[in-house]
Amino acid sequence: MAQIPIIHLSDVLIVTTQDAISDTDALDLQDQITTAIERTGAKGLIIDISALDIVDSFLGRMLNDIAAMARLMGTKTALVGIQPAVAITLIELGLELRGISTALNVEQALRTLGARIARQT
Amino acid sequence: MPVNSLPDSSLSDVIAQHQQAIVDANVTAQQTTRAAQLMTADDLRQQSKTLLDQLQRGNSYDPDAPEFAPLRQALAKLSRTRALQGFTPSETARFIFSLKDTIVPFMEQQLAANPLDLARQIQAFNRLLDAFGLTTFETYVEERESLIREQSSALLELSTPVVQVWDGILALPIVGSIDTARTQQIMESLLTRIIETGSSIVIMDITGVPVVDTAVAKHLLQTGAAARLLGAEVVIVGISARIAQTIIHLGVDLSAVVTRTTLAKGLEYAFARTGQRVVRVAASLNESAQGE
Repeated sequence: MAQIPIIHLSDVLIVTTQDAISDTDALDLQDQITTAIERTGAKGLIIDISALDIVDSFLGRMLNDIAAMARLMGTKTALVGIQPAVAITLIELGLELRGISTALNVEQALRTLGARIARQT
Repeated sequence: MPVNSLPDSSLSDVIAQHQQAIVDANVTAQQTTRAAQLMTADDLRQQSKTLLDQLQRGNSYDPDAPEFAPLRQALAKLSRTRALQGFTPSETARFIFSLKDTIVPFMEQQLAANPLDLARQIQAFNRLLDAFGLTTFETYVEERESLIREQSSALLELSTPVVQVWDGILALPIVGSIDTARTQQIMESLLTRIIETGSSIVIMDITGVPVVDTAVAKHLLQTGAAARLLGAEVVIVGISARIAQTIIHLGVDLSAVVTRTTLAKGLEYAFARTGQRVVRVAASLNESAQGE
């Protein structure tokens, strides 16, 4: 699969997904992100999925898992750019992603994550 | 011959020979009904004539016969126009049934030589017109239902405005009861507005919701969760003492969202969340008058 770019910006990792993610891509992504967190010791993780039009239950669970893994490694996760249609589908599937904080855009996510990281340290 | 098989039709012959007389009799008969007030004699004559033409062309006693397809269409049209003119559905059906009174005498004339055939044909003809009468009734009901569907969807669109009350703050006043379809519609318009305005907080006002039961609470929470996925927080306001009691008695868990009693309190919370404050810049007019 194409390497998904992971941008390292001071304390935060920013991951922007491409237009479609297959199940194997999602598993790869999990691996890449956790490796990156281990390597950089980032305190925050932002996943931007604004390019995704479809999120199924597998991908929803995967995102939840990534956030849980990041939490185990001491990193806070924010999910950014969920499309209205995607949000409605996720709610209908019963995937409320309670474990992940969300933000409207990367800028807002940086602000809230920054505040949370500052509070922690 | 099996009992329920249909006799050969003499309709075509009868109508062809006496069309003018039948139409006249029909129009005369209708003069005593409300048709005289609701439509012109010419229109009435035209309607009778169309029906007779189609009956003649169909020349069968089977209401489902393919030959009657244009007649069924004509009946649907007739039912619609009559409904618009102010006829009740039973008046329209009675108009169809009235053809029995006007056509049967001519059938009797035509088939006087064969009483058995006459009896069978009259019976079959009765059934045929009964079926057509019902067709007009069905059309009427269908029209009504499609009208109701259109109106309720229009009402749904109108009933949930999403207003921007401040930069980054949306208000969603909900009036009336909420069901699954409406929740869907509310969610769609709310989420679109959140993206459009880049709002981070939504004040959902349920003052106008008459009853909050478990289903309504579930819909409210779903909307809240969907907004949260986009990165906006939902505050539910308009929780009266009665609603608070109901919610707790029902065992509904609303702890996942922030709730407040009034819209003003909700706005105050929203300001605090977005790091804003409303400050009075000068003493009000009353106070300054007192100070002098």
